[in-house]
Amino acid sequence: MKTSFQRFIEKFVEGLLFLSGTITSFAVILIVLFLFKEGWGLFNETPVEKGSVIALNKSNPVQELTAQQIKNIFDRKITNWKEVGGNKDSIIVFSVNDISNYYSDAELGDSLQFVPQRISELMGKKTGIIAFFPTEYISKNFQGRILAMKKVTLTGFIKDKEWFPTAQPAAQLGILPLILGTLWVSLVAILIALPFGLATAVYIAEIADARVGKILKPVIELLAGIPSVVYGFFGLIVIVPLVQKTFNLPVGETGLSGSLVLAIMALPTIITISEDAIRNTPRAMKEASLALGATHWQTIYKVIVPYSISGISAATILGIGRAMGETMAVLMVTGNAAIIPHSILVPMRTIPATIAAELGESAHGGLHYKALFALGCVLFVMTLVINLTVDLISARRKYSK
Amino acid sequence: MVKDYVKKPKVMAKDVNLYYGDFHALKGITLSMEENTVVALIGPSGCGKSTFLRCFNRMNDLIPSTRITGYVMVDGKDINDRSMNVDELRKNIGMVFQKPNPFPKSIFENVAYGLRVNGVKEAKFIEERVERSLKQSALWEEVKDKLKKSAFELSGGQQQRLCIARALAIEPSVLLMDEPASALDPISTAKIEELIYELKNQYTIIIVTHNMQQAGRVSDKTAFFYMGELIECDDTKTMFTNPKHTRTQNYITGRFG
Amino acid sequence: MMDSGKIHRRKQASQNFVFTLFTLMSASIVLVLFVILGFIVIRGLPAISWDFLTKMPEDGMTKGGIYPAIIGTFCLMLGSMIFAFPIGIMSGIYVHEYTKDGILKRFMKAMTNNLAGIPSIVFGLFGMSLFVNDLHFGDSILAGSLTLGLLVLPVVIRTTEESLKAIDNSFRVGSYALGATKLQTIRKVVLPMSLPNIITGLILSIGRISGETAPILFTVAAYFLPKLPHSIFDQVMALPYHLYVISTSGTNIVESRKMAYGTALVLVLIVLILNLLANVLRRYFGKKVKMN
Ligand SMILES: Nc1ncnc2c1ncn2[C@@H]1O[C@H](COP(=O)(O)OP(=O)(O)OP(=O)(O)O)[C@@H](O)[C@H]1O
Ligand SMILES: [Mg+2]
Repeated sequence: MKTSFQRFIEKFVEGLLFLSGTITSFAVILIVLFLFKEGWGLFNETPVEKGSVIALNKSNPVQELTAQQIKNIFDRKITNWKEVGGNKDSIIVFSVNDISNYYSDAELGDSLQFVPQRISELMGKKTGIIAFFPTEYISKNFQGRILAMKKVTLTGFIKDKEWFPTAQPAAQLGILPLILGTLWVSLVAILIALPFGLATAVYIAEIADARVGKILKPVIELLAGIPSVVYGFFGLIVIVPLVQKTFNLPVGETGLSGSLVLAIMALPTIITISEDAIRNTPRAMKEASLALGATHWQTIYKVIVPYSISGISAATILGIGRAMGETMAVLMVTGNAAIIPHSILVPMRTIPATIAAELGESAHGGLHYKALFALGCVLFVMTLVINLTVDLISARRKYSK
Repeated sequence: MVKDYVKKPKVMAKDVNLYYGDFHALKGITLSMEENTVVALIGPSGCGKSTFLRCFNRMNDLIPSTRITGYVMVDGKDINDRSMNVDELRKNIGMVFQKPNPFPKSIFENVAYGLRVNGVKEAKFIEERVERSLKQSALWEEVKDKLKKSAFELSGGQQQRLCIARALAIEPSVLLMDEPASALDPISTAKIEELIYELKNQYTIIIVTHNMQQAGRVSDKTAFFYMGELIECDDTKTMFTNPKHTRTQNYITGRFG
Repeated sequence: MMDSGKIHRRKQASQNFVFTLFTLMSASIVLVLFVILGFIVIRGLPAISWDFLTKMPEDGMTKGGIYPAIIGTFCLMLGSMIFAFPIGIMSGIYVHEYTKDGILKRFMKAMTNNLAGIPSIVFGLFGMSLFVNDLHFGDSILAGSLTLGLLVLPVVIRTTEESLKAIDNSFRVGSYALGATKLQTIRKVVLPMSLPNIITGLILSIGRISGETAPILFTVAAYFLPKLPHSIFDQVMALPYHLYVISTSGTNIVESRKMAYGTALVLVLIVLILNLLANVLRRYFGKKVKMN
């Protein structure tokens, strides 16, 4: 009955379906590839933008400076070479615009054609000088010494405490405050959301009668469906002033405002997954407890919750993951200060918010751009760890049943 | 003899009707049983044995849309009365289910569960009671060295005996058993039967079974259900040798069901 | 054994207390939803008018309408649906109907889960790097739709899988018994039966597309562009990005507040209508299935 044509069609469609089936794997691989391709480039760069150099006097024994030290020198916080391991000599900070302090217009030439030469002269004369200027001003027999810059390192990227990616002359690329901001905001959010989420999951699965449950379901679906910008907007106009007033703060845009908005947003995840887990508790287990004279509540917290604990923890972890990756709502309400937070009541900045806020302004392929992609990699790894943990928990659950 | 005459029934059902929504599952059941006896409920699948059994600890309450009429009395009290505390009733009526269903806890905690939920706090008392219940259910020797281990690590037969110990720990006066041996191998089944025989001295036991030999071995009285009706109930010996109804005879001799 | 009356009362009291507490906590969630919706509806309604929906923005986005943003968002919804729905449904069918329980199925499911767990901003980064830069689509509807499509792909796949799972195996066996091939069984029996559920899930996923901001930030969304797109290589404004812009960094935040409320309401309405539609369909199909 089956013609060979039919069989061919069957095989063809199956092949087509298989190709579609591989799409997610393909997408994940592509995402990893592109993210890391752009992000990894960061570690081949120095914190000084291409096209500019930092130079010292030839007699200066200092061989290397970190981005942090350079920033402090140019901010006049470090004023003597001794502080960075050099001779006892006060530092003279020089950038191109300062040239007119040293030379008259005539000496620089009508079309500034003598500038490279003058810079070179200056470099030779002043022993304590540190200069920052475009590479094109390096003259032929340059009398200074170009400072070799260390490349950005992964450990520095993760451990440094300052994030000023556009700082001149050296970008400060420490994401620790961003990582901590992300963790603070999302963990506090889950702390707020968890009691409500669990209570609601238990309520729907165990306490409420079916009709009430049918009303709550669409409510939760809707809560999940409201776009994050709308949450952000609501947070900006309602929650931020509320937090400011309640805690009597100078600004309401704080980590707590973000956590509150995120808590609302994480609720649907927590509720639906925990409810599922609770419902999966075998009826026999429940009946056994009740038959021993336990009340419904005792049965819930002594049998049902322990039985569904892996599902509940999966829900919690997924909630954290969602919160960590949330961008717009957080961007709009947390105040975005890249400082190491010591309390939830100060402005904070998360990784996704940083990417969203800064990528538009960064030059394609530049240092800042690469740093933001590297930041994306960090976020990706963080959420991947979370997803894998959840996979592991649910695999265990299946195995143990 | 006079004493027997005045002996009040321990549990009693009078004209019990039960509906699952529109479905009439129990039709006017009347049955009573005395203290320290074993009654076996037999009948073809779906005839309402489990439903009837679950009337005595109000387990059917858990299923929405069930409705019950008539009286179910335990110790002379109507258990469906508003003044009845369900959890106190259930404390007094132990239940063993068809499939072993231990809690996801240690062996010890499984047995201690009933005590803990009923407000017992003294550790010593609990320990003694756990040991006694496990001995009663003939499991003590096998588990005494691994009380802290998860109950799921036991074999099916051991799990079922653990569930019996769990039920015994709170000293109920009535024990309901719904096909307690149907999921077990012959050796475990024999152990459970032996156990029932011994427990009879202290408990009133209602047991559902599909196994005629088992009913014959363990029960004093047997009740035959068919399509939600109680066809007849009599001493087990009489039932098996001289049933009044042909339906009963057919079922017992294996001609249908 | 113990003073059972007292213990019973204590047990009952703590149960009553906890259940009341849980009921109140659940109610508070409903309350939160209603506060958010109520707030946006009440403040947003006065802003909405025919002009608001059909005019270009004017005066640094403090006046006029949001027409191009509405059109932009619909273009993006359509674009990502065209991309994600067929592939997602086919993928779901493959995973559920063709793979056997084993490594391949587990792997595919894990990958779908992983894709679903990737933060939306990372999709934005990826879309910018691949579609905008490397494939030279530029900031365009095409790049934005592909990025958004990728984002909802796992949702579509899971919806399909869940719907297929709900179909009892006996229907498939019955069809095979009549000599139908696998493909015929899927096309004639399995798909028609699961279609209602699939459609419901897809409708909900469209809502998700309409509100996503992070993925379109660097792939398509224009800050201010008072004209309509001519091709899929054009940039567009989009509702969520527009709301973000006028509520945080517009030329005059206070002046454009009213516009912001209106935009938020339009966004919420889209989601509301889609959810309502999904629920109506669910109920309608639910009844129909029962009747058979
Ligand atoms: N939760 C329920 N909802 C509706 N009907 C039910 C429910 N539980 C049982 N029934 C019906 O009530 C009747 C009696 O069921 P019951 O479980 O008491 O039978 P049984 O005699 O114990 O059978 P078995 O020997 O198979 O265990 C059956 O027809 C069954 O379909
Ligand atoms: Mg039964």
